[in-house]
Amino acid sequence: MAGPYTANAFTLAPASPQAAAISNLFAGTLIFLGAILTLVTFLVIYAVIRYRDRPGAPEAQQIFGSRRLEIIWTVVPILSLAVLTGFMMRAMIASDPPTADARPDLRIVAHQWWWEIIYLKSGVTTANEIHIPVGKRLLVDFRSADVIHDFWVPALGRKIDIVPGHPNRLWIEADHGGTYLGACAEFCGNEHAWMRILVMADPPDEFAAWIKQQSAVPPKPVTADERRGAEIFRENICTNCHLRSVGPDLMHVASRRTLAAGALENTPANLAAWLHDPNNFKPGSNMPDFKLSADDLRALVAFLETQK
Amino acid sequence: MKEAAIPGALGDESFEQEAREGWLSWVASVDHKQLGIMYLLGAFIFFLVAGMLALLMRVQLAVPNNHFLSPQMYNQFFTMHGTTMIFLVVVPLLVGFATYMVPLMIGARDMAFPRLNALSFWVQIFGGVMLYFSFATSGVNGGAPAVGWFSYAPLSETAYSYGPGVNYWILGLLGIGVGTLTAGINLMATIIAMRAPGMSIRRLPLFVWMTLITGFLIVVVMPILNAGLVMLLADRLLNAHFFRAETGGSAVLWQHVFWAFGHPEVYIMVLPAFGIISEVIPVFSGKPIYGYEFVAASTLAIAFLSLTVWAHHMFAVGLGHAFDMFFAICSMAISVPTGIKIFNWTATMYQGRVRFTTAMLFAVSFLLMFTIGGLSGIAFAVVPIDWQLTDSYFVVAHFHYVLFGGTAFALFAGVYYWFPKITGRMLDERWGKVHFWLTFIGFNLTFMIQHVLGMLGMPRRVFTYPPLPGWEAMNLLSTVGAFVLAFAVLILMINVAISLRSGKIAGDNPWDAWTLEWATTSPPPVENFTHGVPPINGRRPLWDLAHPDRTDAMMMKLAG
Repeated sequence: MAGPYTANAFTLAPASPQAAAISNLFAGTLIFLGAILTLVTFLVIYAVIRYRDRPGAPEAQQIFGSRRLEIIWTVVPILSLAVLTGFMMRAMIASDPPTADARPDLRIVAHQWWWEIIYLKSGVTTANEIHIPVGKRLLVDFRSADVIHDFWVPALGRKIDIVPGHPNRLWIEADHGGTYLGACAEFCGNEHAWMRILVMADPPDEFAAWIKQQSAVPPKPVTADERRGAEIFRENICTNCHLRSVGPDLMHVASRRTLAAGALENTPANLAAWLHDPNNFKPGSNMPDFKLSADDLRALVAFLETQK
Repeated sequence: MKEAAIPGALGDESFEQEAREGWLSWVASVDHKQLGIMYLLGAFIFFLVAGMLALLMRVQLAVPNNHFLSPQMYNQFFTMHGTTMIFLVVVPLLVGFATYMVPLMIGARDMAFPRLNALSFWVQIFGGVMLYFSFATSGVNGGAPAVGWFSYAPLSETAYSYGPGVNYWILGLLGIGVGTLTAGINLMATIIAMRAPGMSIRRLPLFVWMTLITGFLIVVVMPILNAGLVMLLADRLLNAHFFRAETGGSAVLWQHVFWAFGHPEVYIMVLPAFGIISEVIPVFSGKPIYGYEFVAASTLAIAFLSLTVWAHHMFAVGLGHAFDMFFAICSMAISVPTGIKIFNWTATMYQGRVRFTTAMLFAVSFLLMFTIGGLSGIAFAVVPIDWQLTDSYFVVAHFHYVLFGGTAFALFAGVYYWFPKITGRMLDERWGKVHFWLTFIGFNLTFMIQHVLGMLGMPRRVFTYPPLPGWEAMNLLSTVGAFVLAFAVLILMINVAISLRSGKIAGDNPWDAWTLEWATTSPPPVENFTHGVPPINGRRPLWDLAHPDRTDAMMMKLAG
């Protein structure tokens, strides 16, 4: 499987009908604008070469303008922009279908520097990674826990601001399976850069299996290290934040691809490094450095790795 | 034995001498030429500071997962870079040229309100110093503001920015806002009331026309910013609730207030640059501007339309399709008068005799660079494209093509064009061409590639990024370009230093230009026109003087 940073985040490689509507419009507009740029560039370059000052060049003609040309270069742009507006209106509806009355499937709560993802039907709660079934349209309800954020997964379509006091809704879907990379696109403070998001479009049966796994309670700690780790998890008041949406819910943390909203790939070694010194990877984030001893660190990692 | 003179008292000759020639003559000056020069120099110093911040940011972004700058510092730097470039560099440079040139171009002795002119300048400088003082605030929450130049609430509220940085930002901008507002009033009053006999409104040089309309825009929109700033300050210091959703305020309200100012502000930064281009291209083509009335009227159209497009900065907020559509259509409409200008400037060169001075090189490449920025602007007016690309590096590329490839290139053209008038010496053309080519290459290397980064999904305002395919190489190239651009600025400084010392003596009218500022000596005397203003019977008084057999009036009559 490809690593999280090879995932598609290209605006011209759509993976959903909504993104395809924008991508087609964008490609068409780029060609239209490119033609205008070529025309202007040609006119300018031709003028400066043809009429450059050189020995024997004719004297400059004292010309004050032409009404006919003024009308042409006013009317032609107006007409072509009217056509562009028509295409725009069509793409707006295709890329952002109406959401009225439908019940949301998913709630995404944006926090200062991580995403909380709640599946409203099953109650599954996860963080920074969204699993969706291929070919099924899900209605997402966006809320902000603090400042303005913006949900942007280029391969799936439009971005949408997440404004406190102004809930937004958006359909998301994917035509074919794959991993799509996104990010918070509205500056939201210190760690805006590490507020990345991954969308995994799974085949329906895999998605169902994933929901089942995420709904189950992880196995109890077995080894001495794991049990000691569970103790540390409670003693160090980790739950004060991680069970109250101040930090991500960690019940199935070991099943995720990344840590700290994309700052690190999720491996046992990286998890240990993160717990040892969060400031090295996400300076200024709300995750404190608990100054764990090497033994405690190993135990805590062992415990968290059981949380699948 | 004579009594020792009291310093500063009447009759203290050394003091009077100093008041005429020393530093005091600058600090206490109400002369539009001295104030114009101080505007330009002050803005250039801020340009160097904000440029250094940009270089530091580009170093941080040169490689993925870089630790050169902390996120706190990076976020402060991009906030200060944007705020400085807009409020303390571009606007003061344009106001500075206008302050120096407008009275000369309309044949006036000085601005309408010389003391207000001094107040505008010093209040603006004071605001800038206040803004930068924020760096000196210490402690964990100290430092400069880190909220971006549009300072979105609620991030800019005390709950999320508890240090004093944002307060300094507000107070600094209020000072600058008052300075800009009064400068706008002064320029409008000067152009309306101080024109020499014969200088009718239809004969105004286009730079003056555009300054007049810029003055109008300033007077209309600066109060909106100032009101918004006071509301934000009330939220922060008096616990008001304008922009805090949890107590009944609205975060979207701030966006409306800010962009109702913020988008016209873009045209405040662009229209005077259009004015410079409208002076430089005709002079170095040896022809009058093509379609004078259309260039002037399209400016008016841009100014009015610019008041109706602000919410195209808010397409991603989710305010409804009908709302987005209205602002999209207005935003597209504004490209029509802008296109009219581009075509008229290009047509001005046809059948002319184009002299490739450095000023003209900058003006011609302005045409191409600004067109790129304008066209990507049309892409942003197309709502679904904006939904993808807003707040990505595509937008960073777009507005740098408008404000650097556009405004800054026009300003460089203005520097080479008017330097001889202001200093009496020519700026060296060989160094000038080195400066031009380095600027052209460095600028395009830095920003062209950022369009692609945006299309590949790179959000703006990130202090670092993961090693995604293609991102590393493109970011590194962009950083290299930024250093080429910085080197070009160094060349300009060397050129100015050398030319001030040993540049060719300019004479009154080194370019064979036609507007009134070239009728007086270089630099102009205190009273501007010692021997009176030449007769004004058309748009090009100095052409008419040199060609009495075929004046503009005669030729226009012939052309019908």
